[in-house]
Amino acid sequence: MIYFNAFLFCGLVCLIGQIILDNTKLTPGHITALFVVVGAFLDIFGIYDKIILWAGGGACVPITSFGHLLIHGAMASAADYGIMGLFMGIFDLTASGISSAIIFSVILCFLFQPKS
Amino acid sequence: MEKRKYQSIVNKYTPKENRLYNALVAFVVGGLMGVLGEVLMELYSYFLNIPVKEASVFMIVTLIFIGCLFTCLGFFDKFVHFCKCGLIIPITGFAHAMQSAALEYRKEGLVLGIGANIFKLAGSVIVFGVFSAYVFGLLRLILMGA
Repeated sequence: MIYFNAFLFCGLVCLIGQIILDNTKLTPGHITALFVVVGAFLDIFGIYDKIILWAGGGACVPITSFGHLLIHGAMASAADYGIMGLFMGIFDLTASGISSAIIFSVILCFLFQPKS
Repeated sequence: MEKRKYQSIVNKYTPKENRLYNALVAFVVGGLMGVLGEVLMELYSYFLNIPVKEASVFMIVTLIFIGCLFTCLGFFDKFVHFCKCGLIIPITGFAHAMQSAALEYRKEGLVLGIGANIFKLAGSVIVFGVFSAYVFGLLRLILMGA
């Protein structure tokens, strides 16, 4: 059942993105930035946590989960250090994604020739 | 007058895309990406004996690696051209943006090429993500405490 929920949620997010892309002049860069902000917004009242319980991995794959993880790390560190913790913990949970993307792309761009 | 005429000619020759078909493809491909993420998470947590929360980190790193590798091999661009948002919205789109920037600017040198331009496309995600997370985190801290 959770596979069906994952399919439904991730598909719906992509569908909304495609509808925005087709009907406005926004580029894919605008849309990904927009979705990160939406993901962070949904986490103010803990809505995204409930979505993750419902859809499992389907909610972790779209870029909205990036915003969710940013605010989640910030809040976890804010519980310990107060308002300064927001600065300290903001990259705690997303560090794996960002650093792995940097490391893989630097290694791989030396191994392959660009195809035009 | 001239401008309006030009605009009408441009509108006439801009290729019309089938929006319903695009939306359907994006829905199906995006949904399959979600299922793939869920399956990978279950596999990792089963075989490595780790909680699901840690398995999600493994899953994200795997998907990023797949996105980077397929971009280098040259056929991810064709996939993106075909299913657009179905692959841009998942985390593979982030990897694709970084990898294609790294490949494109490699010939301009290490520091001024790769170093300066690797975040050219993906940087907006991090900038607005961090900024909005800070603002919303502050809001949440004020509204309901830590």
